[in-house]
Amino acid sequence: MTLDAHIFVERDNFELDVALTAEPGEVVALLGPNGAGKTTALRALAGLVENNGEIWIDGVRVDREPPEKRRIGVVFQDYLLFPHLSALDNVAFGPRCRHVPRRQAREQAKEWLSRVGLSDHVRKKPRQLSGGQAQRVALARALAAEPKLLLLDEPLAALDARTRLDTRAQLRHHLSAFPGATVLVTHDPLDALMLADRLVIVEEGRIVQTGDAATITAQPRTDYVARLVGLNLYRGRAQGGTVFLADGFPLVTAAAQEGEAFAAFPPSAVALYASRPDGSPRNTWPGTVTSVARHGDALRVEIAGAIAVAADVTPAAAVHLGLEVGREVWASVKATEVRSYRA
Amino acid sequence: MPAAAGLAFLVLPLAGLLIRAPWSTLPERLTEPGILAALRLSLVTATIATAVCLVLGVPLAWVLARTDFPGRRLVRALVTVPLVLPPVVGGVALLLVFGRRGLLGGWLDATFGVSLPFTTAGVVLAEAFVAMPFLVISVEGALRGADSRYEEAAATLGASRWTAFRRVTLPLIAPGVLAGGVLCWARALGEFGATITFAGNFPGRTQTMPLAVYLALEQDVDAAIVLSLLLLVVSVGILAALRDKWVTA
Amino acid sequence: MRRVLAGLAAVALLATAGCGDKSDKSDSAGGGGATGGATGAATGGATGGATGGGVAQASGDLTVLAAASLTESFNKISEDFQKANPQVKVTISYGGSSSLAQQITSGAPADVFASASPKNMQTIVDAGDASGTPAVFVKNQLVIAVPKGNPKGITGLSDLTKPGLKVALCAEQVPCGAAAKTALEAAGVKLTPVTLEQDVKAALSKVKLGEVDASLVYRTDARAAASDVDGVEFPESAQAINNYPIAVLKNAPNPTAAAAFVAFVQTEPEIKVLTDAGFQKP
Repeated sequence: MTLDAHIFVERDNFELDVALTAEPGEVVALLGPNGAGKTTALRALAGLVENNGEIWIDGVRVDREPPEKRRIGVVFQDYLLFPHLSALDNVAFGPRCRHVPRRQAREQAKEWLSRVGLSDHVRKKPRQLSGGQAQRVALARALAAEPKLLLLDEPLAALDARTRLDTRAQLRHHLSAFPGATVLVTHDPLDALMLADRLVIVEEGRIVQTGDAATITAQPRTDYVARLVGLNLYRGRAQGGTVFLADGFPLVTAAAQEGEAFAAFPPSAVALYASRPDGSPRNTWPGTVTSVARHGDALRVEIAGAIAVAADVTPAAAVHLGLEVGREVWASVKATEVRSYRA
Repeated sequence: MPAAAGLAFLVLPLAGLLIRAPWSTLPERLTEPGILAALRLSLVTATIATAVCLVLGVPLAWVLARTDFPGRRLVRALVTVPLVLPPVVGGVALLLVFGRRGLLGGWLDATFGVSLPFTTAGVVLAEAFVAMPFLVISVEGALRGADSRYEEAAATLGASRWTAFRRVTLPLIAPGVLAGGVLCWARALGEFGATITFAGNFPGRTQTMPLAVYLALEQDVDAAIVLSLLLLVVSVGILAALRDKWVTA
Repeated sequence: MRRVLAGLAAVALLATAGCGDKSDKSDSAGGGGATGGATGAATGGATGGATGGGVAQASGDLTVLAAASLTESFNKISEDFQKANPQVKVTISYGGSSSLAQQITSGAPADVFASASPKNMQTIVDAGDASGTPAVFVKNQLVIAVPKGNPKGITGLSDLTKPGLKVALCAEQVPCGAAAKTALEAAGVKLTPVTLEQDVKAALSKVKLGEVDASLVYRTDARAAASDVDGVEFPESAQAINNYPIAVLKNAPNPTAAAAFVAFVQTEPEIKVLTDAGFQKP
């Protein structure tokens, strides 16, 4: 149940060109901003949009097959549970299509529903189910068809924050039990990090970065990813322990590096001062506050200056410094907080 | 106000029929021979015609609503032709195709010995021809209103197009199909022009109620009114009964 | 269900538009009847004496309701009449005699009624809608209409019972059907037609279209369709002659012109027009 696909979809003003692989049992997340082409990629895999690339599953080419022949299960963003069928019949739909006798199909469906914790809801119609329950029925329905590849399109996006937490944990559990490969599409980094073994970042129809959660969070390679994982990210040329940014600004880093490199540090590593700090750490520069916004327990302060930076400060410090838009401040980052890695 | 006027416009002629009806002689008029035969024939042919329209019209509506092919707009316009065509002309057109010297009729007669004009099957054909657009338009509208992604979902679960249509789309558009079927049936029941032109008029075989009414009108207005009322009562009764059944179901 | 009903209502409008077929005839006749209206001409005068030259004082609009079988002849006659009476504008509305009679008794504004059967004329006389006594101006009789060249070799009524032969008759409720019944009874021929048509033109068109092998129609109808059908005469038709009466209507908006027209129809040259079309003198 290995996926090896090259997805190539051309549409007016948009070109999606993505190579994707997934091993049995692996969960791959396609992560990217809205309009990046993630859902299109998923639909191309499922056979719902025309794909000019190739899709191989277990060494068999399937991209010329119609959707119903591909054995690719899909959990749609809004689930698309058949409104006229009960939860049970929705789940039994897949087995029935494979000519499993009605009673047996229903038995299987019952089992799947109990696996996702919905034994008490088999008779209910989709409109009688809560969002989280509908999501689980959709998952059970897709899995009951015994797909070789499972696709999930924004599986948690339709849920409220509270339900999302529970459902995410359950989904993780069910995905780990699924023997085939899974590809999930999301724009929520938390979903991706929690559910996926490997992340594929897609921007404007192209893959910009792949890797496991640890690599991606530690070493983002685009502004989008950096923002997702909450890091200040800069690109420049490294010479020993210093990365010189495009405008020549020297950022002293923790470790030595040579050539094109990224430098990254978290907002919490940035200290702010009302005036130039004494005994100054090496990375110190003046700037102007452009915005102040709540961020968890802290305040996130955006500062324009020699380099643009986001800093997290405590509310107390903000009051002490009199932080407001337009305020002149000094920013400083310890070299030990700045990671550098090859671009 | 316009709504009231509209209702009055539709209902007043009916009131006219009720007021002018020869109530005192109604029982014996209704038991006249031939009337029941015409009524029975009307109900049977309209029902079969509706079945024919469902079998042929629903797939046609699906093609129109779900697929894209060159000339689809033209096909769509052609489907509505029986709506604008005077039914008598429709009957002539049917004769030109299925008549003894028609494009297909000659071949049907020579090959299978089947001749449609002047037969009950001819009545069904004429009624189906005139009534089918009502069904197709209705069902196509319902299909366009239905979310085609349900069909996609069904496909990912392994359903063939046909299975997806039968088990998912059809139940979703059932109200539209129902409405279309009812309209189709009602239109077939009232069909006159194409029927008399294509199938002729022979009691018990091709004389449906509207034909009987028309001929009664030649001689005796009261008889025509009685026949019309009977047709009206029966059809309204059937539609109401069906409706109740569906509502409670 | 609410959506079902909304859909029903929407298409019901279409349905009523499509159901107009049954009233086609009366529509066209009624429309024609809406003209008319007395003009400045003398109205007190008795029936205008008329010889070919017409009546000097006749003027204005004249509305004539005439049986469909008179179509070709009356078009010619009205042309002649307007030539003789340039101030009169004639509008003729053709239709089945019975529906025309119904229109008259329902108050359609018309001046003259020419019926294909005494029975329908009697309807309006009984209703008090005729002025004076109707006059029979021509008569018509049945022939067997067969496709051009008479491929089945039909020579008389008894040939119509040959096996495999398809025959269309008019329904008994309409004059040509009643006449056909009389003729068949007179000949002692028992015949099962494939269809009983609603009027003589419909019966004839079934022959024209080749759907039936023969049909009993009026000689005038067969003659008007001479390019497609042949008319086979048969002796029993004498038993079922159809008289055509004509009358001025009591509520005629233009009684002067109406009387002039009725007289004009019965003049020699116009009778010739009618006999050329296949009618017989009364």
